[in-house]
Amino acid sequence: MAQLELKNIHKSFGLIDVIKGVSLEVRSGEFMVFVGPSGCGKSTLLRLIAGLEDITSGTLSFDGQVVNALAPSKRGIAMVFQSYALYPHMTVFENMAFGMQLAKGSKEQIKHRVEQAAELLQITPYLRRLPKQLSGGQRQRVAIGRAIVRDPKVFLFDEPLSNLDAALRVATRLEIAKLHHSMNNVTMVYVTHDQVEAMTLADRICVLRDGLVEQVGTPLELYERPDSMFVAGFIGSPKMNFLNGARAGAFQADTIGIRAEHLEIGNRDGAWQGKVIHSENLGSDSYVYVDIGAAEPLIVREDGTSIHNPDDVISVAPMAGKVHRFDRAGKPMRN
Amino acid sequence: MVWTLAKKTAFYALVAFIVVVAVFPFYYAILTSFKSGTSLFRVEYWPQSFSLDNYVSVLSQGSFIRNLANSILVATTVVVLALTMAVTAAYALSRVRFRGRSLLLLTILSVSMFPQIAVLAGLFEVVRFFGLFNTMWALIFSYTIFTLPFTVWVLTTFMRDLPIEIEEAAIVDGATPWVIITRVFMPLMWPALVTTGLLAFIAAWNEFLFALTFTSSNMTRTVPVAIALLSGGSQYEIPWGNIMAASVIVTVPLVVLVLIFQRKIISGLTAGGVKG
Amino acid sequence: MTVENTAPPAPSMPSPVEIAASAGRIKSELLAQRVRAAMIFLIPMIVALIVVAGWPLFRTIYFSFTDASLTDLYGAEWVGFKNYLTWTTLKSGRVVFSGVLADAGWWNAVWNTVRFAAVSVVLETILGMIVALVLNANFAGRGIVRAAILIPWAIPTIVSAKMWSWMLNDQFGILNDLFLRLGLISEKIAWTASAGTAMTAVLIVDVWKTTPFMALLILAGLQMIPKDIYEAADIDGVHPIKQFFRITLPLVRPAIMVAVIFRLLDAMRIFDLIYVLTPNSSQTKTMSVIARENLIDFDKFAYGSTMSTLLFVLIAAMTILYIWLGRVQLDGGDR
Repeated sequence: MAQLELKNIHKSFGLIDVIKGVSLEVRSGEFMVFVGPSGCGKSTLLRLIAGLEDITSGTLSFDGQVVNALAPSKRGIAMVFQSYALYPHMTVFENMAFGMQLAKGSKEQIKHRVEQAAELLQITPYLRRLPKQLSGGQRQRVAIGRAIVRDPKVFLFDEPLSNLDAALRVATRLEIAKLHHSMNNVTMVYVTHDQVEAMTLADRICVLRDGLVEQVGTPLELYERPDSMFVAGFIGSPKMNFLNGARAGAFQADTIGIRAEHLEIGNRDGAWQGKVIHSENLGSDSYVYVDIGAAEPLIVREDGTSIHNPDDVISVAPMAGKVHRFDRAGKPMRN
Repeated sequence: MVWTLAKKTAFYALVAFIVVVAVFPFYYAILTSFKSGTSLFRVEYWPQSFSLDNYVSVLSQGSFIRNLANSILVATTVVVLALTMAVTAAYALSRVRFRGRSLLLLTILSVSMFPQIAVLAGLFEVVRFFGLFNTMWALIFSYTIFTLPFTVWVLTTFMRDLPIEIEEAAIVDGATPWVIITRVFMPLMWPALVTTGLLAFIAAWNEFLFALTFTSSNMTRTVPVAIALLSGGSQYEIPWGNIMAASVIVTVPLVVLVLIFQRKIISGLTAGGVKG
Repeated sequence: MTVENTAPPAPSMPSPVEIAASAGRIKSELLAQRVRAAMIFLIPMIVALIVVAGWPLFRTIYFSFTDASLTDLYGAEWVGFKNYLTWTTLKSGRVVFSGVLADAGWWNAVWNTVRFAAVSVVLETILGMIVALVLNANFAGRGIVRAAILIPWAIPTIVSAKMWSWMLNDQFGILNDLFLRLGLISEKIAWTASAGTAMTAVLIVDVWKTTPFMALLILAGLQMIPKDIYEAADIDGVHPIKQFFRITLPLVRPAIMVAVIFRLLDAMRIFDLIYVLTPNSSQTKTMSVIARENLIDFDKFAYGSTMSTLLFVLIAAMTILYIWLGRVQLDGGDR
C-alpha cells in the first residue's frame, strides 16, 4: 500500500484545461472516492494517477517519490476499467497471468498468484473459459482478479459498476468493500458519478467540479458539513431542498438548504404551508412533493406509506438545528 | 392483386436478367473451353460436346504452368511483405498521436491514386539499375506501389475501431507497442488480415502493365501477360479454345476463393470506401 | 471535527525533480516510448513508398525534361520544355508547333479517355444503383444474386477482355449471333475492330466488369439508411418512386460520391482493357496506352515520360479539386 500525494496538478488537452490545479493527499490504505458530475475531470485525474495520460504540470508522488515520468507498469498500480477491458481471445487464466508473463515471472509463481486471486473472488471454476462465455458480473470479477494479481500498491477503479444492472451493482459494491478489508486495506482510488456508491464505499470522498476540488472529507463530514451549496446539493439522495427569499431571510441567510429527511409534516411555529403535488411510496419510506410557492417543490421524507394525497393542504417545518445556511456566494454560514 | 403480381414478376425478371448477364460470359468461356476442332466455330448456347483437348494443349505446350507458378509466387510474396509492413504502420497511424499523422495518411492515400504509367518510366530505370529486369523481383518490387497503400489504409481503419481500453489494460500490464501488436491486436484482427490479404492478392494476380513491361521471356511471365500473348500456330490463327481453357484454369480458383470469402470481401471493399 | 485541510503541509526544500515536475517539464516515458515505436514502425513503409513511388515519379517527371531514350537512359540531357511544347519558325514564315501538347494523337487520346471515363462512370453508377436496390430488397435467392455479381469483379481484366473478345468476335461471336436472331442487327458487326463500335465494345466490357463494385459500394450506403424512415413514409402514404428520390437518393449520396470519385480516377488511368481488347485502335487509345506506346514501343522515352507526367498532373488536379470541393461543402453548408 502506498500514500499518494498530488501537488497542484494541471492537465490540459491542447488549449482546453481539464484539471485546473488539484492538490490532494490519499492516505496509505484508505479507500478514496472521486465523485462529481460529468466532465468534472474525475476520470482524467484517475488516468493521471495511473500514468495513462501525461501530467501537464504539478507533482504526483507515491510514498514521497515523484512518479510523473514513470510508465504505468512501473508505478505499482493496477486498474479496473469500466468496460472490464478483458482480452477477448485469452482465457480467464491467461487474462490474469498476462502482466506477470510480460514481467518474466516464473510459471509456478504465476500459477500460484492467479489461483490465489481466483480463490479470493470465487472465479476458480471459470479459469479455462473465455470472457465471452461469462456474465457481466463474472467478467467484472475477472477484471478485479487481474488487478489483484499485479499485487499493486494502489488500486484504481474507473466507474466499475456502471455497466452492471441495479441488483448486481449492490452485490458487487459489497464485494469491493469486502475486498478492501481482506487485502489489508490496500490503498484504493475509486471514481464514480453515483454519490450512493461514494457514500457507501469511501473512507474519504473527494468531490470534484470543473477540474477543481470542491471538498474532501469523510462521507459524514460531507453530509453534515458541506463546504458549499454545490456539495450540499450533490451529496445525499434525494437532493437537498434549497429555498431563498423571505424564507431564507427568516434564518438570516441568502439561501437555506434542508434535506428531505430533516423536514417534518405538522403545524408548528414557522411552518410552511403547501399543497401536496405527488407522493412516491417506496414501501419503507415515502417522498412527498409539496408546492409551497417556491421555485421548486419541497421534497419531504416520511416513514412507511404516506397518508397524504395530492391536493391535500399540509404544513411542513424543518427540524431544529438541521437547516444549512448559505451566503450570497454559496458558502456556508456557520455560527 | 394483379398489379402486385405484375410487379413481382417484373422484379424477378430483373433479378434473372442481372444474374444471367453477370454469369453468362463466364459460363460461355467454360463452354467454349470444352469444345474442340470445328465445333469451336459453331455458335452454341448449350453444351453439345465435351473435350479436354484445349486443356491438354494449354498445359503441355509452352510455359503456362510455369506462368501460373510465377503468378502465385509473386502475388504471395507481395502480400506477405505488404501485410508485414502494413500491420506495424497501421498501429502507428491509428493508435499513436504524433505530429503530421493526418498528412502522412493523406500522402499514403494519394500514392494509391498514382496512375501506374506515371511511375513506369522511373520504375523501369530502377529495375534496370538493380539488375532486376525480367525477374520475379521486378514485379514483387513494383507491385508494392499499390498493395502497400491499400493494406495500410484498410488495416488502419480496422485498428482504429479496436477498443482503446484493451490497449490501456495491456499498457498497465506492462506491454510494449510490439507486444500490443503481436499478442493483443493481431489475434483480434486476423479476419481483417485475411480479407485485406485476399484483396491485395487478387490485385497483384490481375496486374498487367508492370508484368508486360518488366518481363520479356515466357519463363518469367505471369498469367495475365501469358493469356494476352497466347498465340496459335500461324500469325492469323487465334487459338480461342486454348485461350478459353487458360482463362478457366486461372479464373475458377479465384471465383471459388471469392465466393467462399464473400462476406469478408464485401465488408473489406466497403470499409475502404465508405469509411475512407 | 475539523474540516479536512486539502493544502499540503509546508514542504522543506523541494528536490530538483519536484521543481521540474511542478514546472511541467517532466514528460511520462510512456508517451516517448510510444512515439519512438511509432517512428520505427513507420520507417519501413515510408522507405518502401519513397523507393517504389516517390523516386520513380520524380524520375519520370525528370525524364520528360530530357531527351532520354531506352537505350541510353543515363546519357540524357536537359532540354527543358521541348517535349511539352515548342515551336520553330520556318524560312517561309510558317510557325510549326511540336511536342506533346501540339500532338493531335495526344489530344485524341485525351478525348478518348475523357469520353470513356464520363460514359462508363455514368452508366456504372446508374446500373450499380439499380443492382444495389435489388440487392437491398429482401427476397429468396438474394444470396445467389450477390454471389453472381461478384463473378465479373473476380475475373482478371485480361481474362474478361479475352472472354468478351471471343463473344464479340465478328465471325464466330455469340453476340452477333444473338442480335441477328433477335433482329437487332442486319449483318455481323466487327465490334472490336471497326472504328465506330470499338469504344462501345470497351464500354460493354468495362460496365460488365465494374458495375458490381459500384453496386456493392452503393449497397453499403443503402444499408446504413434506417428502415423505419421508409416505414414512416409508407404510413404517410408516400409513393415508392417519390420515396426513392426524396429519401433514398439524398441519404445515399455520400456513398455514391465516394464510389464515383474512385471510379472516375480509375477510369482516367485505364490501360489493361484497351490494350488487350482493342489494340491499335485510334478510337479507344487512352492516355495510358499512348504513353506506354511511346515509352516502350517507339522508344520515344522522353516523349512518353512527358505524356505520363501530364496524365499524373491531370489526375492530381482532379483529386485536389475533389478534396477542396468536399471540404468547402462540409464547411459551407448542408451539414
